Amino acid sequence: MSAQAISPTRPIVMMEHIQKTYWMGQQAFPALRDVSVSVASGEYVAIIGPSGSGKSTTMHIMGCLDTPSAGVYQLDGYDVSKLSDDDLALLRNQKIGFVFQSFNLLSRTSAIENVELPMLYAGVPKKVRHERAQEALAQVGLANRMHHKPNELSGGQQQRVAIARALVTNPALILADEPTGALDSHSTDEILGLFQALHDQGHAIVMVTHETDVAQHAHRIISFRDGLVQSDEPNPHPLRHQTPLPDEGEGH
Amino acid sequence: MPALEILRIALRSIRANKMRSLLTMLGIIIGVSAVILLTAVGRGATDMVTNKVESLGTNLIQIMSSSTSVGGINKGQGSAPTLTMADVQAIAQQDTAVKAVAPLLSTQGQVVWRANNYSTSIQGTTANYPQIENMPLGSGRNFTNQEVQDNATVAIIGTTVESDLFPSGMNPIGQTIDVNGIPFRVIGVLKSEGTNGFINQDDRIVIPITTDMNLLDGTTYLTGIYAAAKSPADMAMAEAEITSTLRVANQILPGQANNFTLLTSATFLSTLTSITGILTDLLAGVAGISLVVGGIGIMNIMLVSVTERTREIGIRKAIGASKGVILAQFVVEAVLVSIIGGLIGVAIGVLGAVIGGSVFHLSGLVGMNAVGLAFGFAALVGIIFGVYPARKAANLNPIDALRFE
Repeated sequence: MSAQAISPTRPIVMMEHIQKTYWMGQQAFPALRDVSVSVASGEYVAIIGPSGSGKSTTMHIMGCLDTPSAGVYQLDGYDVSKLSDDDLALLRNQKIGFVFQSFNLLSRTSAIENVELPMLYAGVPKKVRHERAQEALAQVGLANRMHHKPNELSGGQQQRVAIARALVTNPALILADEPTGALDSHSTDEILGLFQALHDQGHAIVMVTHETDVAQHAHRIISFRDGLVQSDEPNPHPLRHQTPLPDEGEGH
Repeated sequence: MPALEILRIALRSIRANKMRSLLTMLGIIIGVSAVILLTAVGRGATDMVTNKVESLGTNLIQIMSSSTSVGGINKGQGSAPTLTMADVQAIAQQDTAVKAVAPLLSTQGQVVWRANNYSTSIQGTTANYPQIENMPLGSGRNFTNQEVQDNATVAIIGTTVESDLFPSGMNPIGQTIDVNGIPFRVIGVLKSEGTNGFINQDDRIVIPITTDMNLLDGTTYLTGIYAAAKSPADMAMAEAEITSTLRVANQILPGQANNFTLLTSATFLSTLTSITGILTDLLAGVAGISLVVGGIGIMNIMLVSVTERTREIGIRKAIGASKGVILAQFVVEAVLVSIIGGLIGVAIGVLGAVIGGSVFHLSGLVGMNAVGLAFGFAALVGIIFGVYPARKAANLNPIDALRFE
């Protein structure tokens, strides 16, 4: 049973009876059987579950990278099923900030240009783009790494660039797909600290992870199994990292 | 998204893969430079031939007997002998628009001086032949009317014959050569003229027509008659007069076809330029094929590039790039590659035409239309062969693209 989030704030994500079926030839693979989830603004949610449980599919639909086979999904009031590919691209651009396990930064492109990219597609003027990218990079503690290319940065630093890219458009929702999966424990702490800070600032965050100790940082934990929501409960005592935002002058 | 940003992204991608971009351009570079170079060579050759033909004289009329066919095989003009010395005299006496007229009997013969022998063209004519065809003497003299009347065994030789028979530095004038076994005295050497594009003008000896007919060939028929109109403006009149004179002299009834053909340098020239024009187009066509091959090269590399950059495309789509923007990015990249290749090709082609022109003494004429055509075609090739890979990139599913390893 999905718990109704009783929150005075407006819902960002409203998924109702979502189904997703993949077809391989004549054979159907139900990835999501009946999923109803809603996320209100300012929430910090972790989605956990074993592989094949449907958490990644939920994430893709939530991120407008994929559309449901059945059910209704409203993102910040927009009914996603009625939108074209290009409208979905626009919605992703304006409403969602992605953070991926493998960072997904453009190689051979400096940190600041990577952070500017979503604003480039949004048509933000060059000067504004540059200023906002600088602010976002400063916020993740990389003000003095702006002109470094991804291969000149550590994994943790690359993920911080990705977070800067995700928050630079001031999206309604930050979607993180295994954001710490490729990082060592020190960098993991850094990134979780950063999410903590973003949550404190009022950003809505949905994080998919298979590590329960990472999930314990969220304020609500949704557990998936076999394409269904197994449990959806608030986390009364979220872990808080005391790790401050990394220094700007931090080494490699 | 502004066009300038798309251009910047495309330029960055070309710069990031310098070697690959250069190799991709190579097909276009070769294609464009080949089109420009080959059309320039074609035009240069046409100009050279035209100049040579015009140097023969623009008021020249050649009269040839019609051709005959043996067993279905056309033996060529002059093979059905009908023209005689009487025709030459009739033209000389009756046709007022004709300044001068001379017969020509052309045969192949063996020329011997001491131990050297050489096969060349033997041309029998009259003393006024140089008045008609531009045939300057390098040294010695022309034969006289008296010598023509007397069946004199005198010969004017071309420089090719001279160099093949006589040791270099030796003056051939006054020497005696055997032509088909009959001794001739060399009285002059023709000035070297080179080829007129088809025939080596220096590879011949010129002798009196009477000597040729009576002593060498035993024929009364001519290969052809050369006539000169009084001026280029009189050409049409001269042609009409010659035609009617010859029809009367050869007793051709009204309604019957002529048994002779008139050739003027104008008709010759138009035939020549149409031939060289076809050759030029053919060369340009062959070069054009390499442009198409270059285009396929671009498509090939762009397809590889799309696959290689699947992840990049996935990232761009995930953070908000529309299909149109991705399409534009890859098309612009393909077009930029072909335009840069086209520019390099134009530079190489023009440079090659200038250098080649000076080496081969051709006026290496680079036609602006050839440059424009080659360049425009290169850009078009970029668009045509860039669209397919770009569409492939634009239609990628962002999830699949992001998962791509």
